[in-house]
Amino acid sequence: MSVLPLPVPPAPRARRGRSRALRVPVSVVISAAVVVLFVVAAVFPGLLATHDPLKTDLYATLQKPSGSHWLGTDDVGRDLFSRIVWGTRTSLLIGLGVMALAMVVAVVMGLASGLGPSWVSGPVNRLLEVMLAFPTLLLALLLVALLGPSAESLIVSVGVSTAPGYARLIRAQTISVKRSGYVEAARALGHTTRTVVRQHVIPNAFRPLVALIALGIGTSVVWASGLSFLGLGVAPPSSEWGLLLNAGKTQITVAWWLEIFPGLAIVLVTLSFTLIGRYIQAVVEGDHVS
Amino acid sequence: MSVVQTSSPLVSPAPAGDTAGRRARVLTRLAGIKLLSSLFVLWGTATVTFVVLAILPGDRATILLNVRSGLTVPRSPAELAPVNREFGFDDSFVTQYLTYFGRLLHGDLGQSYQSGRPVATIIGEQIGPTFVLAFAALLLAWVLTIAWTLLTAGRGPRLRSLGSAGETVTAGLPQYWVGILLLIVFAAQLGWFPVIGGTSPSGTILPVITLAVPLAGFLGQATRTEFDRAIREPFVLSARTRGMGDLEVRWRHVLRHALIPGITLSGWAIGTLLSGAVLVETVFARPGLGAVLVTAVGQKDLAVVSGIVVLVSALYVVINLVVDVVYVAVDPRLRGSL
Amino acid sequence: MNIHLGEPVAGDRVVRVKNLNVSFVGPAGRSHHVVKNVSFDLHRGQCLALVGESGSGKSVTARSILGLSGETAVVEADALELDGESLLGRSDSWWRRIRGSRIGYVLQDALVSLDPLRPVGKEIAEPLRLHRRGTRATREAQVLELLERVGVPSPGLRARQRSGELSGGLRQRALIASAIALDPGIVIADEPTTALDVTVQAQVLDVLKEMLEAGTSVIVISHDLAVVAKLADHILVMQDGQIVESGRAEDVLRRPRHPYTQQLVDAVPSEHTKGTRLSLDGPARTRELFPGTRDHTADDGPLLEAHHVVKSFRGPDKVQRTAVDDVSFRLDRRETLGIVGESGSGKSTLARIALALETPDSGRVEFLGRPWTAAPPREQRAVRRRISVVQQDPLSSFDPRWRVSRILVDAIRLGDPVNAHRAEERALELLGAVRLGEQHLDALPLRMSGGQRQRVAIARAIATDPDVIVLDEAVSALDVSVQAQILDLLADLQDQLGVSYLFISHDLGVIHHVSDRVIVMQDGHAVEQGPADQIFSDPQHPYTQKLLESLPRLEYATLREAVSR
Repeated sequence: MSVLPLPVPPAPRARRGRSRALRVPVSVVISAAVVVLFVVAAVFPGLLATHDPLKTDLYATLQKPSGSHWLGTDDVGRDLFSRIVWGTRTSLLIGLGVMALAMVVAVVMGLASGLGPSWVSGPVNRLLEVMLAFPTLLLALLLVALLGPSAESLIVSVGVSTAPGYARLIRAQTISVKRSGYVEAARALGHTTRTVVRQHVIPNAFRPLVALIALGIGTSVVWASGLSFLGLGVAPPSSEWGLLLNAGKTQITVAWWLEIFPGLAIVLVTLSFTLIGRYIQAVVEGDHVS
Repeated sequence: MSVVQTSSPLVSPAPAGDTAGRRARVLTRLAGIKLLSSLFVLWGTATVTFVVLAILPGDRATILLNVRSGLTVPRSPAELAPVNREFGFDDSFVTQYLTYFGRLLHGDLGQSYQSGRPVATIIGEQIGPTFVLAFAALLLAWVLTIAWTLLTAGRGPRLRSLGSAGETVTAGLPQYWVGILLLIVFAAQLGWFPVIGGTSPSGTILPVITLAVPLAGFLGQATRTEFDRAIREPFVLSARTRGMGDLEVRWRHVLRHALIPGITLSGWAIGTLLSGAVLVETVFARPGLGAVLVTAVGQKDLAVVSGIVVLVSALYVVINLVVDVVYVAVDPRLRGSL
Repeated sequence: MNIHLGEPVAGDRVVRVKNLNVSFVGPAGRSHHVVKNVSFDLHRGQCLALVGESGSGKSVTARSILGLSGETAVVEADALELDGESLLGRSDSWWRRIRGSRIGYVLQDALVSLDPLRPVGKEIAEPLRLHRRGTRATREAQVLELLERVGVPSPGLRARQRSGELSGGLRQRALIASAIALDPGIVIADEPTTALDVTVQAQVLDVLKEMLEAGTSVIVISHDLAVVAKLADHILVMQDGQIVESGRAEDVLRRPRHPYTQQLVDAVPSEHTKGTRLSLDGPARTRELFPGTRDHTADDGPLLEAHHVVKSFRGPDKVQRTAVDDVSFRLDRRETLGIVGESGSGKSTLARIALALETPDSGRVEFLGRPWTAAPPREQRAVRRRISVVQQDPLSSFDPRWRVSRILVDAIRLGDPVNAHRAEERALELLGAVRLGEQHLDALPLRMSGGQRQRVAIARAIATDPDVIVLDEAVSALDVSVQAQILDLLADLQDQLGVSYLFISHDLGVIHHVSDRVIVMQDGHAVEQGPADQIFSDPQHPYTQKLLESLPRLEYATLREAVSR
């Protein structure tokens, strides 16, 4: 699946220990730096912000990016850069929350479907099939409509509606591990089913999970911001990125920066997590196939 | 290297007539199973929607009255009683479900809380532009994918990394932001297209591109992976030993293999396109199902929301059924192995 | 045929290769030299064989005559000529005119060498179309003619089918048909019989022979000396990119001069090698592994016994197929029971039943005198350590996260719950027994060679001190010299540990070499059963007779054996 150019495996030679000369691609290093930067912004927004994100300045409305306002100002004169920095925490927390919820649901469903006895896996499979028939955003919208717009309902809606996709991946992985030669070898050796599951099935089924989580955080941020962009997520005065996009929408003919930069923040975060996830995936898969 | 036992044929080479007859029977049976499971999923989506509406918090009668009046106030039992009677909110869970399902089978999706008009009618009025948008985007995405793959896949390392970088970036772009960028550049700055274009052809171009670009990124990733795999297959070398040139090898042998994973993704793609249309229609202030849905969600018009969700999911299931058929048509190996 | 008008050509030489060197440039700029100073001539109507193990550079050598040695390949030669014309520095379009029309190339494994999405007829017609011969209609007629020429029955039907719908033999013949569509003067066949069952192998060899008789020059690439012996006039033996020996086929096979060639010839298991060593390895020392744990002479009852076992499966089309039909056998102590049959004969299912990983539909299996497949899982687990398995593809039988030490310790502690330190020591002893060393303890099987992996699998199999080891195509994927070492190792283990083998293989030579008794399987039935020598010298069942007739034998080696004794 990996789309990144993989580092060339070193020539076969006698190997000792775990030392493996894997060169980390530049793109992954940059991505990691970007993620660190955003995490700093989320934890200590005061360190990076140049202005108070909520302070209006009616003498400096809709200003273009400049030395005093790096990314310009909005229609009531708030500094866009500072608003993006302060919005990082909300946006990332929502992304993480979505991912955490989706993963818990997905792992439970995936394992129940892949490992459970037929009276468990049967119904779970059917439920998964049905859940997968809902386009993600529509299911999320239905849930938001019921729960009302808020950060929590955003997390629940997006988390629940993205979970079936991950559950399917975990199920597929679990089933392929269950049918693998090494599980059969362990059975032939005389291990109990419990040992086989603990020793082989669970660890190997969870191998792709780290990559999946990294890839999923990026996707979650995009989905959640999308709902906020529709005005169905976090309420103002928060400066969550989707909300910033929503607020700037009416001014695209006069103030392009209000739309460009918050979007850029979303894209940067997503792309960085995607690249990191792909890299992890490549490393994990590299241990499987030569 | 040489793993033995690859010589067992997928289908034992029995006399022709028998094989064809058996295969037809097997195909019919599998089509039947597929159809049944699709019907099950259709039933499931409708049921899940109903259950979600019924069990989640919020008194539906109160919501309905508030939606109609535009207020957010608690309602007295005297106010609620006629509404509950009219919509059957007081009936037992089972009665409600049976009524709901019976109506659904007759194409009745209920009435809008807001306007009182039948949801089916509302959807019928708005679904056209959304469909045009989604299918035009799918078409454009495939054109972009094929062109991009033929240009960059299976070539030198530089072109390849350019190609895959392009896909990674476009696949990760949020559709709503792509739309905004296009609007800023081509409508607000260059003035080539109207900022609010409605459903006119010139107003449709930017929304279609908006939906197609991220999808092309996704399809491109799947296609490239398979393309790179297929071009290293022995049958490609075989074709070269017969004197076939590079372009023809790509076009005649490799591309067909490379398209298969993308085609299986196309069913899923329609789902994301219909979802994406909701966002894109909002960006371009374009009428359609998305606009109706967003308004309805904002107003808590649950009848409209659930109606659209059930209908789109049903469409999605049907489209996936069609994709499965197309898949078998493109990959005859499946016919053999069924 | 091309009439050459340039300088006179020596005799009827069609290909001349002088000091060919091919190297591949890696992504890091590293150069990998895979063909070193290779020289040979190919004459009209002659069959030249390139023999060597995987990685010896034989395919790359052959492909450079077609200009297809690889995108990153650097090809240098003093001379590389086809009918007197130099092949060096040619343009792409020039090469395309040569390929298919003057040189046909048959790749190994037709399942993947024919486009699985296109009808076979289209693939065969491709060279005709590419070189603009005839119209669509005449090409269709020609395809049928070609299919008939290579002996494909009902060609009209086959031309419309795809490679996946054809059996291995038909596929390989269709691939040959596409290579000879334009009547090229030279045909290169790269491992033409490798993945095929013996009966099919014989048919394909016949097709190649007919081509030779018709005056086509053939270069055959193979690791299989027996196949080569049937076809070749001249043999080149390659090792690590170099030709180590070359000469007339008879001379090379009967009187190999180079040690590597001798080793290759000796490594081929057959009826004549029984009881002898195939490799240069000395006996493994394993006697001390399990001192005094068990008296192997104690009971003489059968170890493993199957009575009228039947097993059928439901295919994806819900049609019931009988994989094993009424098979009985018994396996005694210190005995090797060989099960031989072609693919799909049910031998692997039988192996899984012997391991109680599959329960037969009817019939019973007893192990150590007690019910085995019918026993409850708890009882089965208690004796599982006394029967172990080695599979064809050992890699998939190792948890990808586990290193060799953990794989072995896991098995050791199942057999004997010793402490961690003692288990580590045992793991090292086991590695020593299979001729691996301490440096392999920390290795991931993924990074080991095929032979090393198979040794690890054997070490794991003996770790629990078993009475029986089931070997399911355990040496089939290995190069012949590695196969020889593994077979010798297995013989030593049996000798010293007194273990019994249920040895499953499609390779008649291997089966004859290792087995005391043999079961011949066909379509789930055990068609013949008896002592190995009797079955191989005096087969009763027509199927066994056909199998043995089809088997290409290394007759020269026989002669050599006779001479040296």
